[in-house]
This record gives sequence, structure tokens and C-alpha cells, in this order.
Amino acid sequence: MKLLTHNMLTSHVKGVTKGYPLLIKATEVKVNDVDFNPQFVCRMIPKLEWSALVEAADLLGHRQDLPSELVPDYEKNEDFLKKVHRALLEVEVIEGCLQCPESGREFPISRGIPNMLLNEDEV
Amino acid sequence: MASSCSRTCLQYLLHLAHDNLDFRLPSPFWCLNSLTEEDVRSVMARSVCAKSAFELWGRGRTHSELRTSLLNYSPEKMSPYVHKESTYRINVYTFNKTLLFADRIKKIDALEYLPFEGTVSLKSPQHIFCLLEDYGTDPNNIPEHPNYVYFGRWIADGQRELIRSHSVKSRHFIGNTSMDAGLSFIMTNHAKVKENDLVFDPFVGTGSLLVACSHFGAYVCGTDIDYNTIHGKGRSSRKNQKWRGPDENIRANLRQYGTQKMYVDVMVSDASKPVWRNAALFDAIITDPPYGIRESTRKTGSHKDIAKAPDGSYADSHVPVSQAYNLSDIFADLLHFSAQHLVVGGRLVYWLPVYRPEYCEEMIPHHACLQLVSNCEQTLSSHTSRRLITMEKIKEPKELDGLAGAPDPRCSPYHGHNAFREKYFSGLNKRSSKEDTRADVDGK
Repeated sequence: MKLLTHNMLTSHVKGVTKGYPLLIKATEVKVNDVDFNPQFVCRMIPKLEWSALVEAADLLGHRQDLPSELVPDYEKNEDFLKKVHRALLEVEVIEGCLQCPESGREFPISRGIPNMLLNEDEV
Repeated sequence: MASSCSRTCLQYLLHLAHDNLDFRLPSPFWCLNSLTEEDVRSVMARSVCAKSAFELWGRGRTHSELRTSLLNYSPEKMSPYVHKESTYRINVYTFNKTLLFADRIKKIDALEYLPFEGTVSLKSPQHIFCLLEDYGTDPNNIPEHPNYVYFGRWIADGQRELIRSHSVKSRHFIGNTSMDAGLSFIMTNHAKVKENDLVFDPFVGTGSLLVACSHFGAYVCGTDIDYNTIHGKGRSSRKNQKWRGPDENIRANLRQYGTQKMYVDVMVSDASKPVWRNAALFDAIITDPPYGIRESTRKTGSHKDIAKAPDGSYADSHVPVSQAYNLSDIFADLLHFSAQHLVVGGRLVYWLPVYRPEYCEEMIPHHACLQLVSNCEQTLSSHTSRRLITMEKIKEPKELDGLAGAPDPRCSPYHGHNAFREKYFSGLNKRSSKEDTRADVDGK
């Protein structure tokens, strides 16, 4: 699971109102080499919850001085965009789980793939 | 287009492939005005339905009319391609007729009134021209003379090679209902997927649609309720293979075509219970939901009491039970999801299974935030078809009054199609095996 995806996921456990962001508990993390594409990063930044991204990257030990607030005029700042690119697309949680911050319910991640299915009585 | 482009706006001819006939006008020849050559090239860079595009120099119902038309074409427009230093060749293409080689040569010779001053080069001409003859669309009634003839300068070919290069037959990872390459690319075009888009498929299966989207530079993600398909495990869909191998998964499919860097994520998830935060996240949603024929329709939930330990926990090996996901709910949920999570201007493209005897246009699911763009039928059998529906998000749900945007299955005209599965099978039983020769290869 990449942090771009994590940034968009929320807990859908019944009755939960504060299900975002999901807490990441990672037992295996990988960093891949993904081609840097500044245009894509620029398109994604406005869609992100910035603090959730920084928190998640920090938790995984891959914050790499991402600032706690978005820098202005980031479109031209290649250094900044490269850091965002790395956090969004290169850091990958392979094993672990995502935890609902309100209910504590855990969603396992195995082989990089989160399993978000709820059980029968949770729906 | 401004009238000042009258010099640059010429007529163009598209020669379309003769398949997916229901998706277009009847003739494979399509003349277009008010375009520039750049427009035509960008269409050809995407189209898998168009074979070639030409700058149209002349046309007519007979060769005599063609001649008149060509002699009326401005010499100024011809001159860059016919001057002394140029090299060229002329092809002859006949639709719905086979021509002997000698007859082709005769037809080319008959064009000697054209002011070509350059040299013919068959191997590597600078300019290629084509005489196209239309002998109608009835293979059992081929006229001696063409109904229509065209002459033009070749500009570009379409992307039909992608149908072969991305064929499901040679794909690493497939499932029973993997979408064929041609249709996957058509869906990608309907969704106007472009470079740097983020595309989502909520019924991703083996990722055929994501493969096509990634080819045009979009970043892709998907979900599916089926754990084995997402993880690339379980039984193979190939005839000679029992189990899936280690390199069979969606990521591997993208790697096969060199687009692995477009892979964002896939997840095991129930499309009826979305896991995304409330924001316009996706540029396009492209999907082929299950119809309940070859893949079951299901969502998590149970009518029964499930045994649990006294502390209320499930055994580790517990797999959530699923119940039938009604077809009308699938589409209502899909439209609702798209209204929430598409960007404004973003598109939803999906297949809608239809029981033809009872079909009417009102049946197409609707949503106040989504505008219907197109509805193309692909016939599967005498009584079933599926329709490729394209919708565009035109406003945000919060702009609507109250619950106006919420799905209302009670008055969904598609409700009757919950019985699609029953009607599909009852139709098969009623007919004798001789009657239905139309292969149900894509029937779900």
C-alpha cells in the first residue's frame, strides 16, 4: 500500500464518525524506485490531506524533512516535489495493518494489499 | 473554428474498422470538416476503431465524378506533395470487394491526370496516397462498380495494433471475464483518460481496464471483493493450467506492458461499502461490474447468525459471508459513488447488462450530478446485450437540495433488471440448442 492510497482511505466501520486517517502499523516497508513525474505530483497535491501524509511518512520513518505545511509555489520547486513523490509513490507498506482510529478495528495488509472487508455483523 | 483557418481546415476522411458496428454510423468511411491536421493526428493517436486517416482531395459516386472533384482541388494545396523532388506511392483500397493486382494497377494508371511530378517509390515514399472504393456493406451483393470513391493523402494510422499487442491471449494474468483489449481501449477513450490522470476501477478483477488506462499515461488503482483475484491466487482461467503462477497479478500485467510505474494500489474491498474519504479524488472511473452470470454478484453481509467466540471475536480463518448484490443496487451505488468521488468533468464508463425484449432508454440509471454522454449496445445473444454507458460529472452532490442525489432504488427503472440473471438463464433453456448460434463469449 502506498501513502497516496492511504491518504484517501477512511474507516467505514458502522457508526464511526472520526475514521480518518487510518493508523498504519507496519511490520514490513519497502522503498521502490518509481520514475519521478512532477506533473502527476502537482496534480495530486491539491487532493491530499497534507498533515495526514506527513504523519504517515513520519510514522514509517520516511518523512525525509517533508514540511508540516505545504510550501507555497510548490509547482516550480523540484526538490520539494521529489520528496513528495518519494513519500506518495515510492514508500510501500508490504505487511502490517491499518487501524480505525475510533473503533480500533484492524484491516490487514499482506503482500502490499490492504483487505478492507468488514465482517457480516459490522455492516 | 474561425474562418481564418479556411486555408488550414481541409476535409479529412477516416477509414473505420468494420467491427463494433453498433458503436458508430453504418458506413466505414467518414468525411470530416472543420478539423486541422493536428486534430486528426491526435484522434488517430488514440483511436482503436479507425484504421487510417486521409487528407481528402476528391470524392464522387463514380470515377468520373472523382476526376472532376480532383481537378477542382486547389493546386496550391497539392503542390507540397507533388513537386519534382518528392517521392510517392498510390495504394488502392476496396471495401467489400477483392481486386486482382492487375485491376489495381489499372485504377492507379487511370489517375494519370493528377499533377504528380515526383518519383514513385514503393519502399519508402515521402508521401502516400490512397484511392478508396466503397462497394457497400452487403457481402452477398457486391456491385460491379463502387458506390463511392475517394482519393486522399495518407496522414496517420489508428492504434489498432494495440488490439493485437495487448491481446488477452498473451496476457500474464487473466480471469474468466477479463475485458478484451479493443473494448478496454474504447472504454479508456470514452472516459477521456489522459496522462497524469488518476483512474479507479471498483470491480477491477484482473485489471484489464487499468492496463489500457496505464498505456495512455494514467495512474491506476482498483478494488475487488474477491481475495484470490486481487492476490493472483487460485484456479487459472487458462485451459491447460490448473493453478495461477507466482507472477500472475495485476502489477505483473502492467509490468508486461512496461507501465508498472503507473500502478498505485489494488485492494480487497466491497464496492457497496466504499472506503474512500469524501472528496473528488478520481479523474475517471472505468469498470465492468459483475452481471451475476459468469461471476457472482456479492457484497459482505449475511442473513444468518454467524458463530462467534464468547468474547465476540471471529476465528482468524473467518472469511466474511457474502449475500447477493442486486443488480439495480450495483448501478445505483456506482452512480452515487461516482457523483461523490469524480472530479467535475470526470467520467464514469461502465457496462450495463440488458434484457433486450424489455429494454427502453428510460432504464439507463440516472443521477442528478451525472450527465449521460453515450449509450452503445453490444449484442451478446438474441435476448441479451450489454450497453457501454458513459456519463460525465457536471456538479458536486452538495450543490443539490437535500437527498436529491441519493440513490432511490424504489423508483429506479432498472429495478426489473434484477431479474436479468433469471431471464438470461430462462432464455437459454427455452431455446433449442440449434437456434442460438451467436456465441455468448462475453455474456456474463
